[in-house]
Amino acid sequence: MTGPALISVLAVWVVGWFINARLAVSRMSDARIIRVLVPVIFGLTLLLIWELLVRMTGVSPIVLPPPSMIAERFANSLPILWVDFEQTIVKGAMTGYVIGMICAFAVAVLADRSDFLTRGILPVGGFMAALPIVGIAPIFVKWLGSDWESKAAVVAVMVFFPILVNIVAGLRDTSAMQRDLMRTYGAGYWQTLFKLRLPAAMPFIFNGLKIATTLALIGAIVAEFFGSPTVGMGFRISTSVGRLALDMVWAEIVVAAIAGSTLYGAVAWIEGRVTFWHPSQRK
Amino acid sequence: MKSLFPILTIVAAILVIWVLAVVPMNMHLTADQAQRDGLMVMPQTPAERQGYSGLGLSFANAGLIPLTYTLDRPRLPSPHQVAGEMWETIALRNVTSRQSLVYHGWVTLSATLVGFAIGTTLGILLAVGIVHNRAMDMSVMPWAIASQTIPILALAPMIIVMMGQFGIQGLLPKAVISAYLSFFPVVVGMVKGLRSPDAMQMDLLRTYYASSSQGFWKLRLPASVPYLFASFKIGISAALVGAIVAELPTGARAGFGARMLVGDQYGNPLVTWAALFAAAITAAALVAIFTAMERLTLRRMGMAAA
Amino acid sequence: MTADTVISAQGLNLTFQTNDGPVHALKDVNLDIRKGEFISFIGPSGCGKTTFLRCIAGLETPTDGTLSVNGMTPDQARRARAYGYVFQAAGLYPWRTIGGNVKLPLEIMGFSKSEQAERVARVLALVDLAGFEKKFPWQLSGGMQQRASIARALAFDADILLMDEPFGALDEIVRDHLNEQLLALWARTEKTIGFVTHSIPEAVYLSTKIVVMSPRPGRITDVIDSPLPKERPLDIRDSKEFIDIAHRVREGLRAGHVDD
Repeated sequence: MTGPALISVLAVWVVGWFINARLAVSRMSDARIIRVLVPVIFGLTLLLIWELLVRMTGVSPIVLPPPSMIAERFANSLPILWVDFEQTIVKGAMTGYVIGMICAFAVAVLADRSDFLTRGILPVGGFMAALPIVGIAPIFVKWLGSDWESKAAVVAVMVFFPILVNIVAGLRDTSAMQRDLMRTYGAGYWQTLFKLRLPAAMPFIFNGLKIATTLALIGAIVAEFFGSPTVGMGFRISTSVGRLALDMVWAEIVVAAIAGSTLYGAVAWIEGRVTFWHPSQRK
Repeated sequence: MKSLFPILTIVAAILVIWVLAVVPMNMHLTADQAQRDGLMVMPQTPAERQGYSGLGLSFANAGLIPLTYTLDRPRLPSPHQVAGEMWETIALRNVTSRQSLVYHGWVTLSATLVGFAIGTTLGILLAVGIVHNRAMDMSVMPWAIASQTIPILALAPMIIVMMGQFGIQGLLPKAVISAYLSFFPVVVGMVKGLRSPDAMQMDLLRTYYASSSQGFWKLRLPASVPYLFASFKIGISAALVGAIVAELPTGARAGFGARMLVGDQYGNPLVTWAALFAAAITAAALVAIFTAMERLTLRRMGMAAA
Repeated sequence: MTADTVISAQGLNLTFQTNDGPVHALKDVNLDIRKGEFISFIGPSGCGKTTFLRCIAGLETPTDGTLSVNGMTPDQARRARAYGYVFQAAGLYPWRTIGGNVKLPLEIMGFSKSEQAERVARVLALVDLAGFEKKFPWQLSGGMQQRASIARALAFDADILLMDEPFGALDEIVRDHLNEQLLALWARTEKTIGFVTHSIPEAVYLSTKIVVMSPRPGRITDVIDSPLPKERPLDIRDSKEFIDIAHRVREGLRAGHVDD
C-alpha cells in the first residue's frame, strides 16, 4: 500500500472514530438523533475508507468496485433492478412466505388439539428448521419449472418449519393459572383458543414470522442459482458474477438489503401494533 | 424420553406420505418406460397421457404401481432408493474417491469448520468490545442487528470470484463465507449474554468494589454461556449452508453443493437427493454435538437446563 | 346438612401420585358451608387449603368422598358458572384493558353487548375502579390489579366467590384496605365467600367461620365460628374477642404441627 493512501485511510478512520467516541460519551448520547447518527457516521466512514482504498491503491475497480461506482450502477439500472425485484421478491419470496405461513397455521391448529402430535411436531419441526433446506431448490426447479413458482415453493418449505414451531410453542405458553381461569368460566376449546391462547402466543408467532422474512429472501435468491428465466435477482447475481460485472452484483445486494430490512421492519411494525402489551414492546 | 413415541409417529407419517407420493409423481415416466418395454398402458400415447394427472394415471394403470419405485431416474425417488444411493456412496466407496459422499462431505465440512472457528472467534471478541466500549456499541451494534434481516448469503458467489481474482481458491473463500455467516449471530447473541446479569447482580459486585475485568470474568462471561451456545447452534447451521451455497454458482467440483449441481445437470436425481440428505445429516450432527456440549458445560457450571 | 347449605363435603380424600410415592393432600375432610357465610381456610403450606378450594371449583377431582356445590357435582357447578374464582396473582390479560379483562367471562358466557357494558361499569364501581376501564393492567398498581381481578370474578353474578390467597403478594397497608373493601362488598352482595389465607389477622378479621388445617396429611383440625359482629371497623382487631379468636387459631395451628 502506498504511503499517501495509508495516511488518508488512517486519517478518515481517526476522524470518524473520534466523532463517534465524543458523541457516545456526550450528555446527549441517549437522544434519538445521536443513536441514529453514530451508526450512520460509522457506516459512512467505512464507505469512505473503501472508496479511498480502491482509488489510491492498485486494486482493480473490476474486482472491488468502489461505492461511487456501485451507486452509479444502481442509479443507471433502476428498470432492471425493479423487474428483478418483482420477479424474486414479490413473486417468489412473498408468495412463498404467505403460502408457508398459511400452511404452518393450518397444521398448528390441527395438531394443537392433540398433545401427542404437538409433542412430536416441536422437536421434528425444530430439527427441520436447522437443516439446509435451500438444497431442495434443484428438485423443485425440476418439478415446477424455472419460473417463480418453484422459488415460491422453496420459500414456502423454508419458512414453514420455523413459523410452525413458534406457533405450536406459543400456543403451549400459557400459565396453569390462566388456563384454570378459563375452566372456571366453563369455556370451550375454541373460546380458550381465541380469547387466551392465540393472543398469548402472538409474541412467539411474530418471532417466527420475523425469522422467516430473511429466510424467504435467501430461499428466493439462492433457488435462482439453480435455474431461472432471464430475470430475477439470483439470476442477475450469478450471471453478473460470471461476466465480472461486480458493480451490478453489488447493486442487486443493495436491493436485497433494502428489501430484507423493509420486510422485516414491516413485520416488526405489525408486531408492535399487535403485541403492544408485551414487556418487550412497552416503552 | 416421553416425546420419543410422538416423534417417531411424526417421522413415520412423513415417510408414509413420501412413499405414497412416489406413485403419482413417477407415473408418467413409468408409463412411458413400460410402453417402450412393450407393456399395455392406458391411454396409449404419451400425448394423451399428458392430459391425465399423476393420480388419475395411477388409477388407470394400477398394475404399473410397483414399477414407480424402481425407476433409474425418478422425479421423486422413493426412500429406499435414496437410502441405497447413500449406502453405496458413503459406505461402499473408498473415502478418497470422487464418487464418495464422505469425500465431498469432508470438502464442505472442513470449510464450514474453519469458517465457523474464524467467525465465532471474531464475533466473541467484537462482542466483548461492544460491551466495554460505548462508542463501539453505538456504532456497530445497529449494523450487526440489521445484518440479520438481510440475505447476506447472496454475497457468496461474488466473494468466491473476488478471492479467485487474487489467486485464492479452494477451502479459504468458502470458509470466509461461513465465517461471516456465523459471525453476526454470535456477536448479537454474545452481547445479549454478556449483558444478561441483572442490576442486582451487578450491584453486588460493585459493593465488593470489583474491577471491570473481575466483573467480566466472574459474572458476565459465565452468564453469557447459555446465550453463546444458542448462537453457536445458529452459527454452525448458517456456516454449513454458506459453504454449500458457495459451491453452487461457481462450478466447484467437490462438496455437497457440487454434488447437488451435478445430479441436477446430468439428470441423475438420486445423486442430488443423496447429497441433500447427507448435508441434512451433517447439519443435524453438528447441531447435536453443540447441544451435547451445551448440556455438559451447563451441568458442570451448575446451570443445567431442565 | 341444612336447607341453606351451598357447599357440602363428606369424607373427602385426595391423593396425588408422585415420584416419591403417594401424597395425601386431603384426608377425611367433612365441612358444610351455609349460604352467605364468609369462610376462611388457614394453615401452613401443604395443608391442602388451596387443594380443597380447587376441588370445590372442579379444578381437581377428589379420589373419594362426596362434594356438592349448589346441589350439583363441582364439575356441573363449574359448567353452570356457579362461582367466581380469584387466584393468587391477578392474572389479567396484558393485551386487554381493565374493562376488557372484566368483560372476558361475560363474552365467554354469551352476555349481550349492552349487558356486558352495564355489568363492567357496575362491578368496576363496586371495587372502586370506575374510570380505569380504558387503562391496561401494567399501568395499574398491584393492589388495583387484584381489585380488577375481583371485579372480573364478580362480573357474572355467581353467588359463590372462591378466593385463593388473593392478597398474599400485596403489602400490608394495601392489604388492610382491600380487606375492608372486601367486607363491604360481601355485606352489599351477600355472596358466599371461600377464602384461603395464611395470615391469622386476615382470617379472623374477615370470616364468620375459620377452618384451621394442617399438613401431612392435609386435614381439618379446628372449625371456629366467629362471634364478631358483621360490622367490623379495622380497629376491631384491638378488641378482646378478636385477640381471643386469633389465639385459638394460633393454638390450632400449633397443635397441627405437634406430630411433625
